[in-house]
Amino acid sequence: MPGKRKVSSSIQIANESAELASGTQPHAKKPLRFRMRDWAPYLFISPFFILFLVFGVFPLVFSIYVSFHQWDPTAGLGGMKWIGLDNYIYLITKDDWFHKSLYNTSWIAIASGLPQHLVALPLAFFLQTAFGRWRNTFVGIYFLPFITSTVAISLVFTALFSREFGAINSLLHLGSQLPLLGGLFPAENIDWAQPQYSKTMISFVVWWRYVGFNTVLYLSAMQTIPKDLYEAAIMDGATRWQQFWHITLPMLKPMIYFAVTLTIIGNLQLFEEPFVLTAASAGDGRMSGSGGIDQAGKTAAMHVFTTAFGESDFGTASAVAWLLFILIGLVTWANNRFFGRRD
Amino acid sequence: MSALRYERAPVSTFAAYFTVGAGALLMLVPFYFMFIFATHSDREIQAVPPPLLPGSYLMANLGILLERVPHFWQNIGWSVYIALATTLLNLFFCSLAGYAFAMYEFRFKEKLFAIVMATLLLPAFINMIPTVLIMGWLGWFNEPRALYVPAACGALGVFMMRQYIGSAIPRELVDAARIDGCGEFGIFLRIIVPLIGPALGTLGLVTFITSWNNFMGPLVVMNDMAHFTVPLALRSMQGTGQTPWGAICAGSAISVLPLLLMFVLASRRLIDGLTAGAVKS
Repeated sequence: MPGKRKVSSSIQIANESAELASGTQPHAKKPLRFRMRDWAPYLFISPFFILFLVFGVFPLVFSIYVSFHQWDPTAGLGGMKWIGLDNYIYLITKDDWFHKSLYNTSWIAIASGLPQHLVALPLAFFLQTAFGRWRNTFVGIYFLPFITSTVAISLVFTALFSREFGAINSLLHLGSQLPLLGGLFPAENIDWAQPQYSKTMISFVVWWRYVGFNTVLYLSAMQTIPKDLYEAAIMDGATRWQQFWHITLPMLKPMIYFAVTLTIIGNLQLFEEPFVLTAASAGDGRMSGSGGIDQAGKTAAMHVFTTAFGESDFGTASAVAWLLFILIGLVTWANNRFFGRRD
Repeated sequence: MSALRYERAPVSTFAAYFTVGAGALLMLVPFYFMFIFATHSDREIQAVPPPLLPGSYLMANLGILLERVPHFWQNIGWSVYIALATTLLNLFFCSLAGYAFAMYEFRFKEKLFAIVMATLLLPAFINMIPTVLIMGWLGWFNEPRALYVPAACGALGVFMMRQYIGSAIPRELVDAARIDGCGEFGIFLRIIVPLIGPALGTLGLVTFITSWNNFMGPLVVMNDMAHFTVPLALRSMQGTGQTPWGAICAGSAISVLPLLLMFVLASRRLIDGLTAGAVKS
């Protein structure tokens, strides 16, 4: 912001002339001398920007360049062959596995993302209103999945989702024995590795991992809602449900928009959970990351990985990465366009 | 903070307690099974219903674990080493950069800070392929520095430190030190660092955990089993032949235990740190 800078430098000039008069000014430096103070901040922030240039900007630019080539990296840099947009055209028009991975990604993104917020909002409200002393303990419990290693917990879930002995099937089986509601539960053990179920399994684990994170976001936004709003509502005899619906939700709108944006960005790049959860079921000797039987649990980020390291096709893989990046950008933009703050 | 009296509604309060309690149980159950399974043989784990109380098979599972992953202790060593190195580098570089953004006026400051924040939005997968190439050129495959150097100054850390320093340290203090003839770096080291202990603690915990849990990074640069980090080592037990469930759960429990410990000791700080970027911006 140049305008702001001008203001601050004119303040400085004013300060320095004031300092001549009073002698109490802290900025006691002659304006013309080379000052350590002027370049120190650049020095102090330089590690971030050097690392960002080397391991951020350069890779980004280079991967655009690679995406216009046919390239098996084992052939060395000389083996790169310029093919223009062919990788992109192939991916968009022909690569059925890529299309499937996009479908899987969207499926899992919605099936895990939507319930995250539908649960986190009322949960945060309950924690805020009905819990006093125990609130922090419960917040901690809900947050716990977020800090634990994705790999470790996905491995444990693989055991819990096992067809023959998994605790989840045992639970469902118990449910099917219930007198009235039994019909709602499957009587047979579900093979969660099968294509029609694996996305459900992945979505559940993703939901489990992030619901607490969103709850914490909403809870902290609720702390900033002015209390007199509730006091006035209670005076008018509003029930707790009415308070939630007419005060909490509208006041949380900016945070809801923000948290949903985070979920969209995060869910479209899901990698670790599906990678580990579907590895055991690949079964056909191929490398892990294939997404299980029929690649039903393969996300687009996994497609980047398998195209690059399974098929040694760095050109196409870079194009996948960029298409996915563009897609994430577009969805985020659309979300902002339609649901962003306008009032 | 919650002194406000909400409307008394016993039924809905009970419903709230019940829902929140049931949900909390759902969050904890996988951890419970992880620890229980770690102490049972695969045959016991595969019984229906599954075992619900601790068994006596823990040592045997550790034996299987070391048989399947011969370098497991070494893998833990690498994980600790990489996480500590990443943490120390971040503590230094992030607080230094955060100090500059909080306490100095300089040209392009706002724009440069916006770039820092924008890097948070870059997805990890987009750099996966070029990172492999860079590490190949540098000859850093299977080297811990391939993981801690690129991560040595995280954007979230810079942001956290800027917020904390900006709000906790009065500028007059810095100006006074400068008048007394303290150099710019000296101010940082002698005035700022001693005053930002709490923020450094939070940043340290968050960085350590992020590095400890990192999977995609080591997945593409560590391909020698002796140089695996813990998540890679655990995953390598998957898929080949009979899955050793007990050993997998024992290994997972070992990898999660330090995190649980940190969480119990400093949950508030961890939650604040891990949601800092989202809550405060």
